[in-house]
Amino acid sequence: MEMQFLDNLSLGFGVAFQWVNLLYCLIGVLLGTLIGVLPGIGPTATIAMLLPVTFGLSPITAMIMLAGIYYGAQYGGSTTSILVNIPGEAASVVTCLDGYQMARQGRAGPALAVSAIGSFFAGCVATVVVAMFAPPLAGMALKFGPSEYFSLMVFGLVGATVLAHGSLLKAIAMVLLGLLLGLVGTDVSSGMMRFTFGIYELSDGIGFVGLAMGLFGIAEIISNLELKGSREVFTSKIGRLMPSREDFRRMWKPILRGTAFGSALGILPGGGALLASFGAYALEKKISRYGNEFGKGAIEGVAAPESANNAGAQTSFIPMLTLGIPSNVVMALMVGALMIQGITPGPRVMTEKPEMFWGLIASMWIGNAMLVILNLPLIGIWIRLLKVPYRFLYPSILVFMGIGVYGLSNSPFDVLLMAIFGILGVIFVKIECEPAPLILGFVLGPMMEENLRRALLIAQGDPTVLITKPISAGFLIAAVTLLVVVLAPAIRKKREEVFVED
Amino acid sequence: MRIKSPKDFWAGLMFIGFGLFFMIGAGNYDLGSTERMGPAYFPTMLGGLMAVVGGAVFFQSFVVSGGKVVAIPLRLLFFITVALLLFGYLLKPIGLVLALALLVVVSASAGHEFKLREVLLLAVALTVLSVLVFVKGLGQPFPLLPKFLG
Repeated sequence: MEMQFLDNLSLGFGVAFQWVNLLYCLIGVLLGTLIGVLPGIGPTATIAMLLPVTFGLSPITAMIMLAGIYYGAQYGGSTTSILVNIPGEAASVVTCLDGYQMARQGRAGPALAVSAIGSFFAGCVATVVVAMFAPPLAGMALKFGPSEYFSLMVFGLVGATVLAHGSLLKAIAMVLLGLLLGLVGTDVSSGMMRFTFGIYELSDGIGFVGLAMGLFGIAEIISNLELKGSREVFTSKIGRLMPSREDFRRMWKPILRGTAFGSALGILPGGGALLASFGAYALEKKISRYGNEFGKGAIEGVAAPESANNAGAQTSFIPMLTLGIPSNVVMALMVGALMIQGITPGPRVMTEKPEMFWGLIASMWIGNAMLVILNLPLIGIWIRLLKVPYRFLYPSILVFMGIGVYGLSNSPFDVLLMAIFGILGVIFVKIECEPAPLILGFVLGPMMEENLRRALLIAQGDPTVLITKPISAGFLIAAVTLLVVVLAPAIRKKREEVFVED
Repeated sequence: MRIKSPKDFWAGLMFIGFGLFFMIGAGNYDLGSTERMGPAYFPTMLGGLMAVVGGAVFFQSFVVSGGKVVAIPLRLLFFITVALLLFGYLLKPIGLVLALALLVVVSASAGHEFKLREVLLLAVALTVLSVLVFVKGLGQPFPLLPKFLG
């Protein structure tokens, strides 16, 4: 077992150190940081925008680059939070609280440094966690039949909606809409065209990239254009970067706790960076001796969530790589990218393409090292980037998205799809429907149908097969429990509201 | 009955609409049986479920208070959408250079600080960059100039 572990890692590092992979890892983390720094463009939109760039690459190189973009964007997002008090991406929202206060006190340097150090440490630990937990999980998943898979997907989708913020009912409806949109195109078992309305381009289904770019990219641009707020950038007084001895004494425990917390939360469905950073901040505030300084520039308030979000970002790869089930929207984009590359993510990837699996894991460590080495010296460039006015940025983003989407099939159809989903995305924002659950459903739709179909065929049309097989029943019970737990207090609260209104 | 949460009211209606749309649309296909699910089976099931959930959201909007719907920024949406569609549908006939210029100029007019000189400079810079990166670098087969010139 021990030897196997080392063999795997050395195989991975062998792949990750190939110059082409190193190069694209570097490009990925740089692009990720660059776009992550820009306020209002998060990792999701970034990955959606850059998906077409990766199609010409080999699958492993593409995954390495996309993963680099993901954690690069996390790093970049923290920089923006600290210097501008605008989260570069959602997972950095809590970093604003204390990071920005530190910057106002002239301690932007140590805040940036602690975020980089915490993220790097968390990245290293999370890499090992992925390497240790993924193989047994994949081994287990290999024994799953179609009914187990179907129930697992139900559980994953329920988990993702439960942990998403906002209305649970609307999140469920969005998942369903995603599942249905995923079914558009040729039905695999009958060859029937479904919901294509005679449009030839829809026979392969709705284009994933156009959908994701429209819902996230375009909607985000329009939301940003609606805001006309001014922003104050702390550029002149970054101060010295190195944290003081006192800072180090105060930050190492929060970094450890943040890492552990983030690694655990990242694995959960719906988990990942966002949940990890919020949870870690709340936890740290409760147990820290300096709890009363939180919100006023406590270094713990930067160290814990920054470590947690990076750890969570990385461990959220586990369910995607081993089960083929994305736990959050970024992982759904990764699944989409893999499928376009002709690889169906799932437990077989590890045994059939070990070089890809372990190469990706090793590259995460390398990418994190690149970030910590590059980022602090490059901080000056990122700051200059923050000063670029949005009126220059958004046409540039549109150019990039337009060319990328057009190039998918060299036809205007995907551009049209992107525009349509852009409009839909704006409507979703206005009526407070999160698009993330929709993307998860969209990716899982065809797989879910196929597994349900097979499960029922094997059971000769008896739907109780889903609850008589123990593992499948377990997933469904877990899903129902999650729903009940989350709904219960909400029902109570809403009932109180009703009574007050009467 | 008073609508207490306009956002949920519209969201509920939208979900009911989508749900019914997929359910009715699936009526054109074979439903099959539980043992052999036809192409209509899963969509009918999901569409029905969605209409029910949408109905719950709709109902809830009369009971639980929520936010008002902020107006959709039609002008912004119009400029951005038109800019993208012009780019997409004109790229082949007029070539990348002019299509990009159109995309930049039209999308930039959506903003509230439009300065023609600035925008033209931006268009030139982005076009040069895109030609270098996408056409020369990544080898995308885009025509650069209009057909009648090429």
